[in-house]
Amino acid sequence: MVEFALPKNSKITGGKTWPKPAGATETREFRVYRWNPDDGKNPSVDTYHIDTAECGPMVLDGLIWIKNHIDPTLTFRRSCREGVCGSCAMNIDGQNTLACTRSMHDVKDGAVKVNPLPHQPVVKDLVPDLTNFYAQYASIEPWLKTTTPTPQKEWKQSHADREKLDGLYECILCACCSTSCPSYWWNSDRFLGPAALLQATRWVKDSRDEATGERLDNLEDPFRLYRCHTIMNCAKACPKGLNPSEAIAELKLKMVERQI
Amino acid sequence: MGPFGPQPSKRHMTARIDRPLSPHLQTYRWTLTMVLSIINRVTGVVLYFGTLLLAWWLIAASSGPGAYASVQAFTGSFIGRIIVFGYTWALLQHLLGGIRHFMWDLGYGFKPTEREALSWVALIGGISLTVLLWIAAYAIGGGR
Repeated sequence: MVEFALPKNSKITGGKTWPKPAGATETREFRVYRWNPDDGKNPSVDTYHIDTAECGPMVLDGLIWIKNHIDPTLTFRRSCREGVCGSCAMNIDGQNTLACTRSMHDVKDGAVKVNPLPHQPVVKDLVPDLTNFYAQYASIEPWLKTTTPTPQKEWKQSHADREKLDGLYECILCACCSTSCPSYWWNSDRFLGPAALLQATRWVKDSRDEATGERLDNLEDPFRLYRCHTIMNCAKACPKGLNPSEAIAELKLKMVERQI
Repeated sequence: MGPFGPQPSKRHMTARIDRPLSPHLQTYRWTLTMVLSIINRVTGVVLYFGTLLLAWWLIAASSGPGAYASVQAFTGSFIGRIIVFGYTWALLQHLLGGIRHFMWDLGYGFKPTEREALSWVALIGGISLTVLLWIAAYAIGGGR
């Protein structure tokens, strides 16, 4: 459903401004979305000032600095801190990206604004509930499906066929793309979204997979695939430089090709 | 159960807690391709009304000089001209937007520079073609 405004319980009200770190010569302002499931209040935006001389360059470094030095209750996901795991995906300066690979110094105009991934239920602060996103990934059955007897050794693939998976297999499922998509905001109950569709393309194009027709049948639906309107926010958001909108276009072309 | 499993509101985790929805349009930085997508949708809707106007004009033309003259009086008025100008833009903008989508549907123009270029061409092209068409229309005496 298209609802441009936030529900009543999601409207951002107020927020606390934390004192600047004592003795810091250079500081950077961070405005961070906060919501605590235990206090019964609406979400707010807290303002922090970090000591840039004492802190690494990435937005994630800033968040960790806040948690260590100012406010230990600040909640966010992080793990690898080098763009491999996808845990710290969030909305920074109005764009979805990974906090660990986005430098706070690349964020221009004033404060670094940090919000959770858009249009998701919030678990706490910057942690969204991605249950639906993972269920959608599972629904495209992301594993090799075959009917011919399993070979003695591995399923073989030529170099040329393997190259067809470039630009698809690198996805880390961080959800930056899906949650950047307005079509996904309005229809995530039925539209699979860019991440799941990019993975669907990855299995449709795999030369070893023998369920291509079945996979395409599963996507032949006005919502699951065709709610993509090539808005392209997905491709702009992807922190790995992948292009889900192009992968989805390939799927749409395959739908046509198999009918002629 | 929804098509992808339990829906957010019915999940075990969220059953007792009224979770807020994270901000979306409120925080997302506007992108050119996002704006063009909305323009394409809006101009598509405008074309419905423009087609009504066109139908009115054609029906009037077939029913007699009196009816035709009253449509001409409306479309020739200041407000009427603004409406027809808007319809011309919607038509041309939607046409160029459609060509842009057609190229994408054929699998071309997905590189970052290409998608931006296609969007700028559609936007600037739509406006300039509209202005050019009106200059041409006035030049051949359509304004009289």
